[in-house]
Amino acid sequence: MPTLLSRGPSPRSLLGIEHLQRPEIERLLERGTHYKSVPPFMKLDTLRGRSIVNLFFEPSTRTRTSFEIAAKRLGADTIDIQALGSSLSKGESLVDTLNTLAAMNPDIIVMRHSASGAPHFLSRYLSTPMINAGDGRHEHPTQALLDALTILEVKGTLEGLRVAIIGDISHSRVARSNIHLLGSFGADIVLCGPATTVSENMTRLAPGVSLTYDMREAVRDADVVMMLRVQLERQNVEVFPKNEYFRYFGLTLEHVQLAKQEAIVLHPGPINRGREITSEVADSQRSMILSQVENGVAIRMAVLEWVCSEQDGRKRCAS
Amino acid sequence: MRLLIRNGRAVDPASGLDAKRDVLIDRDRIVAIEPRIECPDAEVLDASGLVVAPGFVDIHVHLREPGIEHAETIESGTRAAAAGGFTAVCCMPNTLPVNDSAQVTSFIVERARRTATVHVHPIGAISKGSKGERLADIGAMRSEGAVAISDDGIPVMDSGLMRRAMKYAASFGITVIDHCEDLSLSAGGDIHEGLQSMRLGLGGIPGCSEDVMVARDIILAADTGSRVHIAHISTANSIAMVRHAKRMGIPVTSEVTPHHFALADEKIPGYDSNFKMKPPLRTQRDIDAAIEGLADGTIDCIATDHAPHTGHIKMQEFERCPFGITGLETALALSLKTLYHAGTADLKHLVGLFTSAACECLGLDRGRLRAGGPADITVFSTEREWVYDVHSTLSKSKNSPFGGESFRGGPAATIVSGKVVWTAGGGIATRPPSAPANKMPSFQPTTRIQPR
Repeated sequence: MPTLLSRGPSPRSLLGIEHLQRPEIERLLERGTHYKSVPPFMKLDTLRGRSIVNLFFEPSTRTRTSFEIAAKRLGADTIDIQALGSSLSKGESLVDTLNTLAAMNPDIIVMRHSASGAPHFLSRYLSTPMINAGDGRHEHPTQALLDALTILEVKGTLEGLRVAIIGDISHSRVARSNIHLLGSFGADIVLCGPATTVSENMTRLAPGVSLTYDMREAVRDADVVMMLRVQLERQNVEVFPKNEYFRYFGLTLEHVQLAKQEAIVLHPGPINRGREITSEVADSQRSMILSQVENGVAIRMAVLEWVCSEQDGRKRCAS
Repeated sequence: MRLLIRNGRAVDPASGLDAKRDVLIDRDRIVAIEPRIECPDAEVLDASGLVVAPGFVDIHVHLREPGIEHAETIESGTRAAAAGGFTAVCCMPNTLPVNDSAQVTSFIVERARRTATVHVHPIGAISKGSKGERLADIGAMRSEGAVAISDDGIPVMDSGLMRRAMKYAASFGITVIDHCEDLSLSAGGDIHEGLQSMRLGLGGIPGCSEDVMVARDIILAADTGSRVHIAHISTANSIAMVRHAKRMGIPVTSEVTPHHFALADEKIPGYDSNFKMKPPLRTQRDIDAAIEGLADGTIDCIATDHAPHTGHIKMQEFERCPFGITGLETALALSLKTLYHAGTADLKHLVGLFTSAACECLGLDRGRLRAGGPADITVFSTEREWVYDVHSTLSKSKNSPFGGESFRGGPAATIVSGKVVWTAGGGIATRPPSAPANKMPSFQPTTRIQPR
């Protein structure tokens, strides 16, 4: 079994939240807060001379751009590879593609892939550290970290918060990573979505997780309302009637009023106005959607630094 | 050419024999089974401390020939079978082309005659190309040597076609084997639907996808009177239904694979495709039901569903890998570990699961140890400590989740048609049984053949 957080002779990778220890998460959040305080025009030399490959097998705008900006602000060189331009379309296997890239000695490979576990599978064969930028329906660790940073900024703590996660939960890597992260901080997590996308098993992923199919019950007294994107592309068949989705699981101002007075609304984007969330809510004071994007860069700087710092003992730093 | 197996514990479930016996073989026949046989001109295989059983029969393997020879051939697959203590295998029809005609059946029979180390019985397809549309040439395949029909791996969804297949097959006296999986319920699934699939973000294959089809097949078996055999049963509900059907006198039988009673889904190490198969590894509750089903006869026999795939095919993203694992070489050892040493099956029962009971499911005239019968014999140890090295497998493929596993007990020698084709110390004898006799392999370390 591959270790998700490897140490010692094998490189440190960030493949998921599930196997991270709480002190490590706290450290990453601290560094994320630090990087947020660094003015965006300042270019650092923390990762000067390092090369980072962004390998995206799925379309992505914000995550890919966010990693690229984070790497550049730390002084690293980035190489952007999109799946359609790669040799995968010529029938090369994933292992061969990655081996080829690894032979060029990048310091980190940031990968997004549509198959759950693709980075875990590859990490068994590669010595290059990897950062999981989203694998299928499994995990999206940097998203959960940036969500936590956003919540911390407003609420000052994660402990004891009531967080409602609403939407197509079983197909969501964002939900899984958030459940693991928030669960390890003792948050009270309520999952809500169409019955065909929320399984009882999800409540066993972490302590403090409960389940409801009633949106009003889910948001009542919530400190944080976390909306998910409807992932029609991940459904093999239509698992709920999408025409009535908004009626039962769309977030409206009325719902927000049921939540705590200071409650905030998160969404990993891209938002789908009128399907998951009304424009009134998305554009309201409660919405932290743009903060999330901003925090995404800071947290990815922290993650890149963290993954690279492990290398320093083994490999000469370019400073 | 005579061979004397001396001092073994002879176990024959069909006759109830379980006693110390010498077994004398002359050419391809057993000629005597007696407490003490003296035969100065025979070669002697000292089976002291070992069990001498009827040759094991695996009624569910994939030999991949014709068409997928990079993964396995009849030659390599039957060598692995011999190394697992099997003297006969029944091979599923999902080859390229599918075994849906007399031509393909006779090709397999002929290839086996020339290259196989153990006996090979082909299983024909239910439908042409296993497409689930038109019946395959069931009678003609039967005439060429097919012993059963099945669309294993590509199950028949059309209940009308299945009902016709059962009626028709029954008239030719052969069993319909069904891989029970409602494809509309298992679509997009990779492992058992449960906490583990949820945790790993993999598609779930719910237990009900099997149960629905087991229920259908039982109802159709009752309706048609055809013998129906449920392949690789894996859920507690399916086992309960088969138990009920048997009590009602419906002609249904079932098999379980060693991996389904030895491994639970929660044991799947993250994204290791050697743990991906259909049906998927289920829960501990299902394992308990399988062990209970074996104990009370609901589950008739053990079969491996040996499904070789080459390395690069399995070395992919988990959800893109094909289903299936190899199993011939570890089946006996896993069964000894999980059933015999755990105390849920005595030796006679365990041997029956691999021999007489397996043969009864398909009406094969094998699986007995008797004077005058064919000299297909499996000699095994219940105690020998060994570790499975998947890299030295005789199969062409290495997709086993049991590499590096420690075992207590396993095959010691495999005798096919009177010839020792494999021994634990000496490996495989190079010639197939139909070819001229080879030099007798040495038999190390626990026993030795003494030329006289």
